[in-house]
Amino acid sequence: MSTGNLRKRRIIAALALGASGLATLLGLAVLAAILWTLFSRGVAGLSLQVFTQTTPAPGSSGGLINAIFGSIVMTLLGLGIGAPIGIMAATYLSEYGRGEQLSTVIRFINDVLLSAPSIVIGLFVYTLVVLSMGHFSAIAGAISLGIIVIPVTVRTAEDMLRLIPSSMRQASAALGAQPWRSITRVVYPAARSGLLTGILLALARISGETAPLLFTALNNQFWSTNLSQPMANLPVVIFQFATSPYKNWQSLAWTGALLITLFVLALSIIARLISSLFGTGESRIE
Amino acid sequence: MAAVTIPYKQQLRREARAEGVFRVLSKTAALLVLALLAGVLISLLYGGWPALKTFQFGFLTRTIWNPVTEQFGALAALYGTVITSLIAMLLAVPVAFGIAVFLTETCPMWLRNPISTCIELLAAVPSIVFGIWGLFVLAPVLQHTVQPWLIDTLGDIPLIGKLFRGPPYGIGLLTAGFVLAVMVLPFITSVMREVFLSTPRSLKEAAYGLGATQWEVIWDVVLPNARAGVVGGIMLGLGRALGETMAVTFVVGNAHRISGSLLAPGTTISASIANEFTEAVGKLYTSSLIALGLLLFVLTFIIIAGARLLLLRLEARGARI
Repeated sequence: MSTGNLRKRRIIAALALGASGLATLLGLAVLAAILWTLFSRGVAGLSLQVFTQTTPAPGSSGGLINAIFGSIVMTLLGLGIGAPIGIMAATYLSEYGRGEQLSTVIRFINDVLLSAPSIVIGLFVYTLVVLSMGHFSAIAGAISLGIIVIPVTVRTAEDMLRLIPSSMRQASAALGAQPWRSITRVVYPAARSGLLTGILLALARISGETAPLLFTALNNQFWSTNLSQPMANLPVVIFQFATSPYKNWQSLAWTGALLITLFVLALSIIARLISSLFGTGESRIE
Repeated sequence: MAAVTIPYKQQLRREARAEGVFRVLSKTAALLVLALLAGVLISLLYGGWPALKTFQFGFLTRTIWNPVTEQFGALAALYGTVITSLIAMLLAVPVAFGIAVFLTETCPMWLRNPISTCIELLAAVPSIVFGIWGLFVLAPVLQHTVQPWLIDTLGDIPLIGKLFRGPPYGIGLLTAGFVLAVMVLPFITSVMREVFLSTPRSLKEAAYGLGATQWEVIWDVVLPNARAGVVGGIMLGLGRALGETMAVTFVVGNAHRISGSLLAPGTTISASIANEFTEAVGKLYTSSLIALGLLLFVLTFIIIAGARLLLLRLEARGARI
């Protein structure tokens, strides 16, 4: 602790704490600046056309419907692939393998994968799926999103399952239920809101993912519902349009970015509301 | 009686079988996480092998990146990755520390939740949004205000002046560092906030009892006590910054060279892959890009694993306290 006189120490304290307040203002100002730009530029390009027409050629008018459709298809497929695997893996970590050495290792590796660069996942799926299929495809895009979903779901689902008191499992076991029945009929329902929050957060995470889609789903200028062919998707369209010199493409890129951000922010807020309204299992039971 | 017992036994057997299946399924899913890590490593090694075999150790030490003559080296991209991430850390860590201090110490109680929610929402914004914001909003601002000022004031100072010379392009390593700083800010802030909150009350009260000011309690008691967690949080942010793709690709300039100036365009590993992969012709070109991906994966793995180990240790310690 400094030995200077009290006045000096108080001044230093006031300055430092003032600076911390300024840092907070700075952080909030950046968030506000990003959202403000996004709204003012995104709303300018927003019209009914965006939801009814496919992506245009440079200079002509059009919308984003094929990209919006592609994004919805691939994120839902990705969620369908990743979430069940993630929840099953979390079930092992929290129920069957609790306290085992293997679980500690898996938990650690999962935490590392959680922050691993998503572009590397894209390269992985490229060598695994795209090369063996011979071409880019929506299904490859969905698989790479699914791989990103797994660690997110494992982490949140395990946390939520662990919050369920073991007395509930014991009560179920005392009635003669096998562990799997206790898990599916007692533990999962009790952790329902927590599991849902985890899935929503995973959905938010992959909705804006661009890097892993660049060389798996690629892009498609046209309307396509064929999963084994390249498919348009919002993030890649935004990337391509924003870096182009065409004004109408840039404007659509902002609109697309606004749509994604609104969707992702809404998901995050809903996820928060669910976990605060319904508790996280713990508070509801006790 | 027997008519009742037999279905009951059958049911028991069925239950036991289902139990076995469920257990195996859940263990398989858990093992899949490990398989995923192994799969990523093996596929990158396999894909990058032709480049690694051709250029050998020179792949790491050469800056040349010439698709025409098929000569590839990772140094320029590696340099850009490390420099942009370091700039991001230099800018983000003090601000994150400030926010964490404000949120845990000085902020009025009723404001704490709304502000932390806002900061965490910043983490939810997709990285591509940061990228286009960086390109259309931040880069012009930096080009017309911050960069000319840096060139005028710091450009003539010996040694560090070299870092701030050349024309203000707007896009380049410095701008990429700025965008990355904004991106990793919420991650570092939330880890710091958590570890600050975990400081035992008695420690702080003891320091106040000795007559310490609020700041002295933070700097001399809370911070040393949370050291491992703070370092862990910073490394976690660093890991994110190293691997971040879209936010950087827009603003880094995509030039495979190392110039002394931070204002000059450069490239990072992830930006090179994002920009060039689909257009890469020839086995060696593609393979070199995959080898870059391998390099990035190993680099971020080491940093993130280190961060997690530090945070794990803290969790264990926190449980003991």
